[in-house]
Amino acid sequence: MQDKSIVVPDATTEEARAAHPGGALRVAITGGTSGLGLALVREFLARGANVALVARGAERVDRVVQEHPGAHGIVADVSAKDDIYPIAVQIAGELGGLDVLINNASDLGPAPLALLGDTDCLDFERAFATNVLGPFRLTKALLGALTASARENGAAVVLNISSDAAINAYPGWGAYGTSKAALLHLTRIWNEELASEGVRFVSVDPGDMDTPMHALAVPDGNPAALKRPETAAREVADAITATIARCIPTGATEGDRR
Amino acid sequence: MIPASQPSQRPPDAKLLIIDKYGRLTHMPRTSFDNFLRPGDLVVANDATALPASLQGVHSDTGCPVEVRLAGRRSLDEMRDFTAIIFGAGDFHSRTEDRPSPPRLKPGDRLTLGPLSATIERLLDHARLVYLRLDGPADAIWAGLARHGRPIQYAYVPVPLEIWDGWSPLAGRPVAFEPPSAGFALDWRTLEGIRSRGAAFATLTHTAGISSTGDLELDRKLPFDEPYRISKSTGSAVARTRAHGGRIIAIGTTVVRALEHAASQDGRVHAGDGLATQLIGPGSQLRIVNAILTGVHEAGTSHHQLLQAFADEETLRRAQKELDAMGYRTHEYGDSVLIERKACEGAELMLPTVVSNQDGFLADSVTAPR
Repeated sequence: MQDKSIVVPDATTEEARAAHPGGALRVAITGGTSGLGLALVREFLARGANVALVARGAERVDRVVQEHPGAHGIVADVSAKDDIYPIAVQIAGELGGLDVLINNASDLGPAPLALLGDTDCLDFERAFATNVLGPFRLTKALLGALTASARENGAAVVLNISSDAAINAYPGWGAYGTSKAALLHLTRIWNEELASEGVRFVSVDPGDMDTPMHALAVPDGNPAALKRPETAAREVADAITATIARCIPTGATEGDRR
Repeated sequence: MIPASQPSQRPPDAKLLIIDKYGRLTHMPRTSFDNFLRPGDLVVANDATALPASLQGVHSDTGCPVEVRLAGRRSLDEMRDFTAIIFGAGDFHSRTEDRPSPPRLKPGDRLTLGPLSATIERLLDHARLVYLRLDGPADAIWAGLARHGRPIQYAYVPVPLEIWDGWSPLAGRPVAFEPPSAGFALDWRTLEGIRSRGAAFATLTHTAGISSTGDLELDRKLPFDEPYRISKSTGSAVARTRAHGGRIIAIGTTVVRALEHAASQDGRVHAGDGLATQLIGPGSQLRIVNAILTGVHEAGTSHHQLLQAFADEETLRRAQKELDAMGYRTHEYGDSVLIERKACEGAELMLPTVVSNQDGFLADSVTAPR
């Protein structure tokens, strides 16, 4: 071997990462400009994580990034097939890898809510594109980064936001409920298949929150009676850090509750 | 041999030629790659993938169209300064050898590359090779590359490549310039196969560079210096494997370059960042890697030169004849060869017979107790 030069391996990056377990967590959150997603962006930034957020509206993404220095904004639509790899390039590139993916972006289906027989097929398809296909495609594209993190740090987490509508058959919630049921099952199968690679798949039902989506679904609801997204974000972040810390073997469904 | 012209990473009929340490040749379906493994072996892959490094744009002074191919960086985290090859008008449909030169370039020249822009910082002793700086914050550069950049590709694949064509199932950080294509052979099922053989799997990150510049003089400078990173867990896995007499199987030349460079000081693979600058060839003593799984490439390339560290010229010539005779497909979407480092000089067995019976092949390695 003819060495033109020898560079002494620099261990500082490795040491910095090891010295702040969780502190330098690389977290990507879809639907990160409103509701639970925005609360998650704030929660993880407050915990010292390196956060990328994905959302459709350029202006809203810019605003969140301006208000939260250090956050990485990505303008894209998770329901659009052609957007997935550009998203993955930016997430894995800007964060330098990925430890946690939170598939939070959701589509309600028809708004106002409709009985299945009255549901426009396009609304049904859109709900599945956002709530099932998008998370599947994005997870698949980022699986290499997630498993690399798991090999290096012991565990990586994909957290999919679920709903009690994934379990219970609520009339009027057909498009949303069936898509969330599919996402829940997707989470379980991913978790079975990738436990050996160290990637944990967790499903969390955050409960009924005071968010734009809830207002869309239940326009005459009383916001004061609803959970604050900040509270739910704290619970989700706790679930993720606990999963990483303990490397919980059974990842599926952390609390299916109303 | 036939150039693989369809961007399919894992065609179901992909072939594998195994050259064992005695120079014996065996053909098998590539999906049976794990037949080669023994308990205690370690398979190491490169988890980098390519960023969309081909950028169409305009040379501002002259208005001439150019194609910029990002080709080198100083570190894994570098996002602004790149070594780049600049072509004149055209794209991958023309062979790189036939591409027109760019307009005469000088330091300070500006390039507009879709949503991105760049300044030529320095010329690097060739009309096509420059050092350039992309404008703007890192996130804007990432967004510009993700939306405007295209994968670097060559004329033998006629359809325009999409990012996912070069994004293998195990691909992680988009920091390379061309995909480390030996890894196309691996998918999640293959990983199960590796584990079922009692072997382990690890990755490192190496910024695989471009394979061809279209210019002989420039090609001779390849590979450019390539930054890599080896995690502590991969460093320990290599040490553990070696301590227990297991073999290190590198998926691709980039893994060989990184592991051998990281061990160049004292024979141990040190975790951390490094810059692979060494040339590996016929005279090189490999300290770490016992076997390489790689694509089928023509003689004369730096890639082919590296293989001569594993097998002697005569063995490689014999293998080449086999590849030709059996219709192996070349290039990154083609078939594969697995070369085990030759047994020490003098103790070499020359067995020119081709073993086609899978069960009978490599009795010492395949039928090892589970």
